[in-house]
Amino acid sequence: MSRDGLILSVISEEVPRSQWWAGAKEAFPILPTIVPFAAVFGALAVERGLTLGQIMFASGTIYAGASQYAMLDLMGQGVAPWLIVATVFAINFRHILYSAAMGRTLGAFGHFQRYLAFGMMVDPQFAVTMARSRKEPIRPSFYFGYAVFVYITWMTSNLLGALFGRLLEDPSRFGFDLILPLYFIGLIMGFRSSATFVPVLVVSVVGALGVYYTLGSPWHITLGGLCGLVVAAVLSKPPLEGEVEAKEERADGV
Amino acid sequence: MEYNIYLLITFAALATYATRVGGHLVLSRFGRINHRVEAALDAVPTAVLTALVAPSLVNQTLAETIAILAAGALSLRFSPAVSVAGGMLIVVLLRQVF
Repeated sequence: MSRDGLILSVISEEVPRSQWWAGAKEAFPILPTIVPFAAVFGALAVERGLTLGQIMFASGTIYAGASQYAMLDLMGQGVAPWLIVATVFAINFRHILYSAAMGRTLGAFGHFQRYLAFGMMVDPQFAVTMARSRKEPIRPSFYFGYAVFVYITWMTSNLLGALFGRLLEDPSRFGFDLILPLYFIGLIMGFRSSATFVPVLVVSVVGALGVYYTLGSPWHITLGGLCGLVVAAVLSKPPLEGEVEAKEERADGV
Repeated sequence: MEYNIYLLITFAALATYATRVGGHLVLSRFGRINHRVEAALDAVPTAVLTALVAPSLVNQTLAETIAILAAGALSLRFSPAVSVAGGMLIVVLLRQVF
């Protein structure tokens, strides 16, 4: 490291600028999709006979919208509770892949911070964290700035939906339902410098659509994604000897 | 519904949390990981997010498909806020056409 670089890094360590606001700001584009998604859940849950306490407890602890909608649906059909839990688990199965990949970017997090961070890991949080980790290390303040902002928005909208749900109109009329795909595709493009980007992308689309039209949702997410991961693994070349040693040295240093 | 809904929600929350830490807990048991596993992990965001988005490319009208692809193109130059807004604008305009 050059002398200037050393001085800079010492300065930045001595004065760790908080990245709370930077994290919160990243979440702005997806707020218009979280608000109706959460509000409609609240309204629907009231309609299905859940109490306000039950609704807030579900949104606050499960904190995974798609699986909560499925849970409501199955409760309405009188499905056995263990099957409802199994369905929630199946819909959220993709998180297992997320957490395996994201865990490696949380080196700066304490023990408690890490397990809290995993608890707040929703799809956009994962995508933003992974995209940013390619450019700079993830600071807890950045992660939780994003996470807390999204969580508060989610809970508030949920509450408002439960209280005033009757006033809501179908959110898909305004195209808000499209915000998440629009947001995600931009984040996906951020990984285009990876050597296996195009084959992984193509195989994941084909695999996901294949599963979507056969087994159906939500299996297309995990199984389609796994198709892409297999391609990345197959195309991977063993690192040269020197790189292995360098990596081990770095690992020892941590 | 005769069963306790709070209990059901608690189990659903525990199952969800298990998925959120599970991958990390399994992986952190292995000290050194194979280069193929490493490559697969690096590909998780591209592969899984692509799989998540894929149905919305074919599910609706051509307007949505074009808007999503356009947002992808916009993101090469602009911030997420701009590419999302651009995609929204395109879909609102194209829905008048299709």
